[in-house]
Amino acid sequence: MSDVVIHVDSLGKRYRIGERERYLALRDVLTRAIKAPARFFTAAKSASPCNGNGYGNRSHIWALKDVSFDIRQGEVVGIIGRNGAGKSTLLKILARVTKPTRGHADIRGRMGTLLEVGTGFHPELSGRENVFLSGAILGMSKDEIRRKFDEIVDFAEVEKFIDTPLKHYSTGMQMRLAFAVAAHLEPEILLVDEVLSVGDIEFQKKCLGKMGDVAKSGRTILFVSHQMNQVRRLCDRAVWVDGGQIRQQGSVAPVLGAYEEAMSRGEVAVDQSRGARSSHQKASFRRWQIIEPQGDSQNLLFTLGPVVIQFSVEANRPISNARHGIALFNVDRQLMWAWEATGLDLGPGMHEFRFKFPVLPLRPGPYYWQVSLWDDIEQIDLWDCIPEMVIATEGYQHPSDEWNGILNVPCEFAALEGNRNEEVTISNF
Amino acid sequence: MSATPTVLSQPAQPTLRIEAPRGWIHVDLKELWDARELLYFFVWRDVKIRYKQTAIGAAWAVLQPLMTMLVFSLFFGKLAKIPSHGLPYPIFYYSALLPWMYFSGALQNATNVVVEQQRVITKVYFPRLVLPLSAVVAGLLDFAIAFGAFLVMMLYYRIVPGPAILLFPLFLLLAVLTALGAGLWLSALNAIYRDVRYVVPFLVQFWMFASPVAYPSSLVPEQWRWVYGLNPMAGVIEGFRWSLTGQGQPPNILLAVSSTMVLLLVAGGTAYFTRMEGTIADVV
Repeated sequence: MSDVVIHVDSLGKRYRIGERERYLALRDVLTRAIKAPARFFTAAKSASPCNGNGYGNRSHIWALKDVSFDIRQGEVVGIIGRNGAGKSTLLKILARVTKPTRGHADIRGRMGTLLEVGTGFHPELSGRENVFLSGAILGMSKDEIRRKFDEIVDFAEVEKFIDTPLKHYSTGMQMRLAFAVAAHLEPEILLVDEVLSVGDIEFQKKCLGKMGDVAKSGRTILFVSHQMNQVRRLCDRAVWVDGGQIRQQGSVAPVLGAYEEAMSRGEVAVDQSRGARSSHQKASFRRWQIIEPQGDSQNLLFTLGPVVIQFSVEANRPISNARHGIALFNVDRQLMWAWEATGLDLGPGMHEFRFKFPVLPLRPGPYYWQVSLWDDIEQIDLWDCIPEMVIATEGYQHPSDEWNGILNVPCEFAALEGNRNEEVTISNF
Repeated sequence: MSATPTVLSQPAQPTLRIEAPRGWIHVDLKELWDARELLYFFVWRDVKIRYKQTAIGAAWAVLQPLMTMLVFSLFFGKLAKIPSHGLPYPIFYYSALLPWMYFSGALQNATNVVVEQQRVITKVYFPRLVLPLSAVVAGLLDFAIAFGAFLVMMLYYRIVPGPAILLFPLFLLLAVLTALGAGLWLSALNAIYRDVRYVVPFLVQFWMFASPVAYPSSLVPEQWRWVYGLNPMAGVIEGFRWSLTGQGQPPNILLAVSSTMVLLLVAGGTAYFTRMEGTIADVV
């Protein structure tokens, strides 16, 4: 098995609850230490990362557990799974951004990672300077960047602005430049996280083409995506991650088939990090569900409307004059809709935020709610809701794929003839 | 797209093992050496941005020590009549402010660098030690500019340094290492406890009064001199004064104690930083 370039063996990653809640303040730790010295030291001890005491510990979350697989040279492997399933954690461990708690992974060959488009970009620097900076951060040498510079600028189509500070670029231009740099990395193994879902369709196609070229030249690619058609087009194999574990792996067709079937059944995965949120937060979102129409599934919609969605918030302390933000994204992280409710006064306890939509004319597929809660100064909670909302209505769209838009609008068509009152109508619903 | 077929380098690729951090520390020096170009780019970016963002740019590097020197000369010198080894007060103060300004600036930049670069840290791997290193190295440009002004002052006062000037690079190196050692501790601490950066300005202020910036270390009683040397900046600053002006005594005891302290500080800082390295991406 000499051609195995990535060997992952029972990899696990544990987060302490609260660790994801950003940083600590020294003053908190000191006050805690002064108030209860004994507890402080025992807590500090159990926090040490090497102290593996089984998967069952309740104050920890295993974002990834017992994941094993092999990837051979030249394979293009898609990692799929719902939001929060552990795909990104897996990629981050392989990219060495974070360390595993258990197990190990062996990597053979020069590895390039593309977890974000535009890593290291600085708005004050010119396009040219940013190409060098970002390239160096991604692991290219100065000579290498110099050699590929023209090609990069060409690919990004920004020749005219190359000496203009990046802050004057449009978002699209920044994206193009950023991807161009990354696309010209020439590692033997490339890890890519959901980055192809940015930018306009034309550019996405171009990037996908570039990725295809890379794959054809015999390099190994590991690719996280929500877009099944991309995975189908690019990958030979797929790994389905669910709840931090590998649910299925193998050739693309059967794995994707099983995944899509599970999605359409509306299988519900629990967001572990929510149930066990620590109580020192002022308030946190607990769950969301579809209230109307009532069905047997919490996150599956078979109708365009009316729809009632409910988000449950638990407040630990009274909050006055709060703001509640809500946003809906599609798989491409494109914003579908957002809104904000202001001037909310919440007492301690459970609260239900209910939204009634007369219509929700979205094309079938998975969508993501993002809800947030703010008081005067700071963000109290932000939740990328899990599970995703799956819209499983019929598509009222043009029969060919390239004419499928974002909206899913039923319509009635009439062709009126002269002054006759008779109509010829066609309805798409 | 001209897809140039790249020949994959096949000679027995070393296998990289990713696993849970275990044991105490190991600093991969080869990896750090391989990242020298990245270090160069970080330094280059720091410098570029600094000079793009401040309108007066390079002048700032001179104005800061110059103004402080004037204030010190007036209050500590002319009014408090602090002894100055027979040096003119401007030279006496400026030669100490040179390393001090470098040190305090580099230390504060190093403290913030990990937090400032959190986006990059959570997205791509590189030896994290490059970050505090770059903060410390980038400060040398300001130092060089301020040093230019010092040369002009030396000409004006017609002071010629003695053979001790040969040891000057050593003192500069000590200053860099002190900033690095303390910066390693503080940048890792700051990533984990976000209020550390509010403490640092006070720390720097106290540290200055514990260093012979505003006064000569000869004011410290002989038998306590070695205790004073536990502050590495004491040796550095006296070393600067002595090597640049040729006046005063070589800071023997101070230097020995300070050098030892610097080495301990850097070794400890590196150990702490690399130990926290694994945790940093999870908390920033």
